Amino acid sequence: MKRLMGLINLDHEHHLFNELTYFRNSASIPFAGRYRLIDFTLSNIVNTGIEEVAIFVRNKYRSLLDHLGTGENWDLNRRNGGLFILPPDWNDPSDKSKGDLQFFHNNRDYFHRSNAEYVLISGSQFITNTDYKEAFQFHLDRGADVTLISTQVEKLLPEHERFFKVEADDLGWVKNITNDKHNPLIFTGVYIINKELLMKLVDECIAYHKDHFFVHGVAEKINQLKIQNYRYRGYSAFINSIESYYRQNMKLLCLEDYEKLFYQKHLVRTKISNNPSVQYKKHAQVNRSILANGCVINGKIEGSILFRGVEVHKGSSIKNSIIMQRCTIEEDVYLENVILDKDVQITKGQRLIGSPDKPFVVAKRQVI
Amino acid sequence: MKECVGMLLAGGEGKRLGLLTHDLAKPAVPFGGKYRIIDFTLSNCTNSSIFTVGVLTQYSPLELTKHIGNGQPWEMNRSDGGITILSPYTAKHGGDWYSGTADAIYQNIHFIEQYNPKYVLVMSGDHIYQMDYQQLLKQHKEMKADATISVIEVPWKEASRFGILNTNEKLKIYEFEEKPKQPKNNLASMGIYVFTWEVLKRYLIKDAQLSTSSHDFGKDIIPAMLHDGLKLYAFKFQGYWKDVGTIQSYWEANMDLLKEDSELDLDNKKWRIYTNNSHFPPQFICGSATVKNSIVNDGCKILGGGIEKSILFRDVEIQKDAVVTQSILHSGVKVGRKCVLEKVIVMENTIIPDGTHIVAASSDDPVVINQEILEQKTYVIGGENR
Repeated sequence: MKRLMGLINLDHEHHLFNELTYFRNSASIPFAGRYRLIDFTLSNIVNTGIEEVAIFVRNKYRSLLDHLGTGENWDLNRRNGGLFILPPDWNDPSDKSKGDLQFFHNNRDYFHRSNAEYVLISGSQFITNTDYKEAFQFHLDRGADVTLISTQVEKLLPEHERFFKVEADDLGWVKNITNDKHNPLIFTGVYIINKELLMKLVDECIAYHKDHFFVHGVAEKINQLKIQNYRYRGYSAFINSIESYYRQNMKLLCLEDYEKLFYQKHLVRTKISNNPSVQYKKHAQVNRSILANGCVINGKIEGSILFRGVEVHKGSSIKNSIIMQRCTIEEDVYLENVILDKDVQITKGQRLIGSPDKPFVVAKRQVI
Repeated sequence: MKECVGMLLAGGEGKRLGLLTHDLAKPAVPFGGKYRIIDFTLSNCTNSSIFTVGVLTQYSPLELTKHIGNGQPWEMNRSDGGITILSPYTAKHGGDWYSGTADAIYQNIHFIEQYNPKYVLVMSGDHIYQMDYQQLLKQHKEMKADATISVIEVPWKEASRFGILNTNEKLKIYEFEEKPKQPKNNLASMGIYVFTWEVLKRYLIKDAQLSTSSHDFGKDIIPAMLHDGLKLYAFKFQGYWKDVGTIQSYWEANMDLLKEDSELDLDNKKWRIYTNNSHFPPQFICGSATVKNSIVNDGCKILGGGIEKSILFRDVEIQKDAVVTQSILHSGVKVGRKCVLEKVIVMENTIIPDGTHIVAASSDDPVVINQEILEQKTYVIGGENR
């Protein structure tokens, strides 16, 4: 789709991930056994048919760079367009921009060079498996300046607090963008905007010393812009804290939810690894769990998510836990309500128990 | 210039694999939960830093060609060298199918010459093994050999099933015997050769002129070299090696992976086996399922039942109360409720209706089924499947 270009803006994303973001940006937190949070946004953009995607990222982007590489796993290793990872690299001495406007200002080329007339902007914390073709058509049909993609949640949860809420009239015209705690119509952070307008709004924000494009360029101009609301109805999750992260992972252990997230029109793409298939040994006893390739299982696993290359030795038992890539669980270990970040080693006989509301988190590469 | 160019023979039909090679070449037959047989040889090339490889295809090459693509999984997507698929072709002087292993190389002399190599490594895409070709090449150079043939010690009583190389104590070969009734040695040829290119080229050209020749390395080229007194050495390989030539050996080689201390280590991080990966989600195991002694790939959904001593490729679905033992289920297979499968090889995308029982006796060959055979109920337990 040459008319639409993509932007993943990770600046200003709120998060409460503690240990999980000591060494990485929240967009590259591992999720659901073999993915990183950003994979969902990126796959959705690619599945929309968008062939050029930029990523605004300010810090802790090493793991993100490693994960995305040339973009080949998303078919974004293109001669024209493709993937543009744009960390801070400001060298305009006259630059007066602040906040995420720094990114817009210093990467004007990315927008100018493209022939696209529209830009789809997204964050990384709205997790779903879809494409935005219908939303884009909706944007064109309504003749809107901006189309916000929102979703109505059944139950308001703590993670929803940090996202904007949308108030729209019967025709879908947005009347207010709020922080109303009681409004279940939540802005997903995904919106489509006309490119020329985007650049104009960027200039205005910079002229008036603004530091947050969406807040000052879009939300505050609600009376001057024609903003439509497109309601998305598919399975989705908002993840911006350890608590929501744990809950949304665990939710996937319900087959219905797992199928809703993974078996839609498209498969979610991620960085390929070359792990062999999961090996179940003699003492393996696995129930209600999700396992990624490369795991070698010789213990008891229940209600847990195991990422690629986890080894579980004889006599060990893992319950309601998330075990990330290449962790080793030695013999006779007991883990319950635990999140182990990558490369953690739990030595023989250890017992770690967290609570369902506050899982016990172990940071990357610890030996316990 | 490349020091060594690899030539991978992947045109074989693998007749004895019956249904499995009905419409794909033997090297493309799925193996070990996520691989195809050829992945082992290609990955050996990658892990041995041989990145200039010609793949000779002939029989049903579509799946194989698609699988190899531009060679990216094996890091052979290179502008200098890399992977090249070499199919039979026509030219000004006409053209013909590859009539034998040596003929396949002969017809591609111009491919090899581009790289002006000192050595040529000839491999076959039919075998399961993990081998460092650099060791083979090193011995070849040290012995200043004209050809070095990789061999494996086989049990004496089985030696008469193989091509046996008779050597002196320094491993110099003086005789090659194809399936000898009274074997004098137990060193079997693995079908992996290193030749000094200039010597091989001479023999290939000579052999091509002989109308009586079958243009085969084992039957013609090697005996001719021995006859002329060239320096041929055996290189002793130690480790797992299996020619998955028959349904039974295909099944056995897969089952070997499930052994507690399998010699073939798919999890060896220093010797990874590379393949084309899919984007299927991680596997889902339900509360009522039991999975033991098995290998299960991404995208599988085990919704209940029991899986034991089996290998499940990607996107396999097992419904409640199904019992699957000692079986190999290729990609996309769906097994219905209360099915019982024992010692069965189920081919890609076969949907097995609820309550189907297929059990092969442990003394019999495994049963191979696909959708067509399942619907016609023509499968024969322990017999030929066609």
